[in-house]
Amino acid sequence: MENPSIALDKATAGQWLRIKTLPDGQLHPQFVRLGLHEGQRVRCLERLPGGTVVLQKNRQQVAIGHSLAKSIVVAVLPEEPS
Amino acid sequence: MSAEPSDSSFSFEHQDKHRHAGLGRLKNDALASKIVLAGNPNVGKSIIFNALSGMNVDVSNYPGTTVEVVKGHFRDYEVFDTPGIYGVSSFNDEEIVARDIILEADIILNVVDGTHLERDLFLTQQLIDMGKKVVVLLNFMDDVRRYHITIDIAKLSQFLGVMVFPITALEGIALDQLDRFIGSAREGMQREELHSLLHGMLAMVGAQGEALLVLEGDQFVAERHGVRQGTKRDEIYIARRNRVNYIVNQVLNDVSTSRSFAERLGYWVIKPLTGIPALLAVLYVAYLFIGKFVAQELVNFTEHQIGNTLWSPWIRGLVGTLLPASSWWYTLLVGEYGVITMTTTYLLFLLLPLVVSFYIALAIMEDSGYLPRLATMVDRMLGFLGLNGRAVIPLILGFGCVTSATITTRLLSSEREKTIATAILQFAIPCSAQLAVIAALLAGAGFGASLVYVAVIFTVLVLIGTMLDKVLPGQSAPLLLDLPPMRLPRMNNVFRKTGIRTYYFMKEATGWFFIGALAVGIAQLTGLLQVLERGLAPLVVHWLRLPADASVAFIMGIVRRDFGAAGLYQMALRPMQVTVALVVITLFVPCIASLMVMMKERGWKEGSVIWIGTWVVAFTVGGIVAHMVM
Repeated sequence: MENPSIALDKATAGQWLRIKTLPDGQLHPQFVRLGLHEGQRVRCLERLPGGTVVLQKNRQQVAIGHSLAKSIVVAVLPEEPS
Repeated sequence: MSAEPSDSSFSFEHQDKHRHAGLGRLKNDALASKIVLAGNPNVGKSIIFNALSGMNVDVSNYPGTTVEVVKGHFRDYEVFDTPGIYGVSSFNDEEIVARDIILEADIILNVVDGTHLERDLFLTQQLIDMGKKVVVLLNFMDDVRRYHITIDIAKLSQFLGVMVFPITALEGIALDQLDRFIGSAREGMQREELHSLLHGMLAMVGAQGEALLVLEGDQFVAERHGVRQGTKRDEIYIARRNRVNYIVNQVLNDVSTSRSFAERLGYWVIKPLTGIPALLAVLYVAYLFIGKFVAQELVNFTEHQIGNTLWSPWIRGLVGTLLPASSWWYTLLVGEYGVITMTTTYLLFLLLPLVVSFYIALAIMEDSGYLPRLATMVDRMLGFLGLNGRAVIPLILGFGCVTSATITTRLLSSEREKTIATAILQFAIPCSAQLAVIAALLAGAGFGASLVYVAVIFTVLVLIGTMLDKVLPGQSAPLLLDLPPMRLPRMNNVFRKTGIRTYYFMKEATGWFFIGALAVGIAQLTGLLQVLERGLAPLVVHWLRLPADASVAFIMGIVRRDFGAAGLYQMALRPMQVTVALVVITLFVPCIASLMVMMKERGWKEGSVIWIGTWVVAFTVGGIVAHMVM
C-alpha cells in the first residue's frame, strides 16, 4: 500500500513516519549515526511553529532544523504499527 | 567551511576539556602504551579519565586546531581523553582530533550510555571494525534500573566480541576495577563482508583502523597514505547501523510503556506553550542565583572587602617601598587604572565569581539535558539572525562575560555563524559587570526610559544578525541535534566542568586583561586618553545631547565596561539622557579584553571591522535615539 509522502517539515506531532529520503553528502552519515536512515520508522514527537521538528526512535530524540526538515521526505504511516 | 552542521552534539564539552593528543604529532613517551577514552558526548568519559589519571594531567593544543588535548598517566600507560563523538570520521576539528588519537590507541575504553544503546553502539561497532582492542563500559546503570530497562550483558558481550562492564561512574570506580577493564580489552567481532573489504585495503595502508576510515571515504586519512578515498561509506554505515539495531533488539528489553517524568519534562520544555514559561522560570532562578546572590552580595564582598580594602592598599604599599609614588611606573602598576590593582581586582574579585556562577548555571542546564531542548525551541528564531539553536550557548554566556562567550563561539559549526555570533556579542549583549549598573540606572530613569533602551538594543541585535545573514556569503548550518535524556544533574560533575571551563577562561583571557589595562594606562600617561575624550566631547554634546563629561564615561568603558556605565552615575542626567547614554555604552566598544580575544578568535581583519563597527553603530544609533526622544 502506498502511503502519502510529504516533506518532514509538514509532519505533525504524534504522526508515525517512515523515512524515504535523507539529504546526501556530509549529513547523511550523521543521520545514520543517530539511528535515522532510509526505511526507518520514527515518530514525530513535536513540530514547532517555526518548522523545527523533533523525531523520536525508541529513546533517541533528534531535533532537525526547518531548512533541513524540508529536504527530508517521509511517508506518513496510518497509525502506530505494531 | 560548509554550511552543514558539523556534528550533532550539544555539549560544549568540545570547547573545553578534552582534546586529545595528536599522538605522533605531539611529544609523547614513545614506548608507553596508549589508553584512549572514547564515547558519545556526555556519557561520563571524563569521570573515568579522572579516575585513571587523577589530577596530574597535561593540557595542550592539537597542532593547527583550537582543540585542546588532555593527557594523563595510569600505571605505565599514557591515557588520553577525546572529545565526545558519535562516530570516527573527519566532519570537524573535534572529530579529526578524536580520530587521530583513536587511530594510535593501543587500548580503547569505550564508555556507553546504557539508556542510549542504539546511538552509542554505533561508535562501539566502528571502533571494533577498526580492529582496536576495545572494552565497553556500560555507564548509567542506575538510570537503566530506574527506567526498568534490562540489558542482557553477556549476550551483548557475545555479539560485540568484547568485554562489557556495567558501571555507574558517578559512584566511583576502584583502581582494581580499572586494572580489570584495561586487562580485558580485546579485538571484537567484525562482519564477514567488511572483513574481506578491509583485507584489500589493509595491504595498502598497513593498519586496520586507517584501512576502515579510507574505505569509509575519509579524505584526510586517504591522503596521508597516498591512496584514493573509498566510496563505500553509506554502504558500510547502513550495514553497521543494521547490525547495531539487530544487537539492540536481541539484548535490550525496554518494556516501560508509560513515559517517565523526565521524558515528559523533556517534551514540555521544547513545546513553546509550556517551554516559554519553563524558560522564564529557569531565567528567574538563574537571576536569583547569579544576579542577586553572586552579582550583588558575593561580588560586593569580594570586590570591596577583599579587592579594594585589602588587596589594593596592600599591593600599593608594597610597590610604594620599591618605586616612588610620583613615578610613571607606580601609576602604571598600581595607579587608578593600574595593571596590578585594577585588573587584578576586576579579574579575580568581580569577573571570576560571575563567570564561575554562569558556568555553574550553564553546566546544570547542559547536564540536565535542558540546553539542547532550549536550543531546539529557539532554533527558528535564531534562524532569522543567521544562526541555529546551538548559538544559544554563547549568547546566554555573553550576559555573564562577553569575553568568555566570544571564546565559546568556537562550538558553532561554521565560520559564518562564528562571525555573526561574535558580532552580536560585541555589539548588543551587555555583560554582567555592566548589567548591574545598567539596571540600577534604568530603575532610576523609570519605565518609559527602560522600555526605549530595551527596544533599541533588541532592534539593533536583530538588525545586525539579519544584516550579516544577508551580506555574508553562504548559508548557515541547519540544526541536527541529538537530544540526550533529561537527567538530574550531578553536582560533582557540574563543579568539575565549571572548574575546567573557568581554568580555560582564565588561561585564555587573563593575559589580555593585563595587556589591555597596560595599553590604557600608557594612553592615560601619554595624554592620548584625554585627547580622545576631548575629541569625542563635541559629538557627545551636539549629536547625543549629553553633557560633555559623558565622553569620559564612554572612553572608560573601553577599559572596563562597567566603568563606563558607573561613570554615568555621577552625572545628573534626565531619564531619556540616561537611555541615550546607556544605548551608546552598550553598543559601544566592548571591553578591551573581549576585544583582544575577538581579535585572536576571528583574526585582526574581521575583528577590526567589528570593532570600528561598534563605534559607528553606537554613535549613530545613540544620536538617532537622542533626536527622536529629546
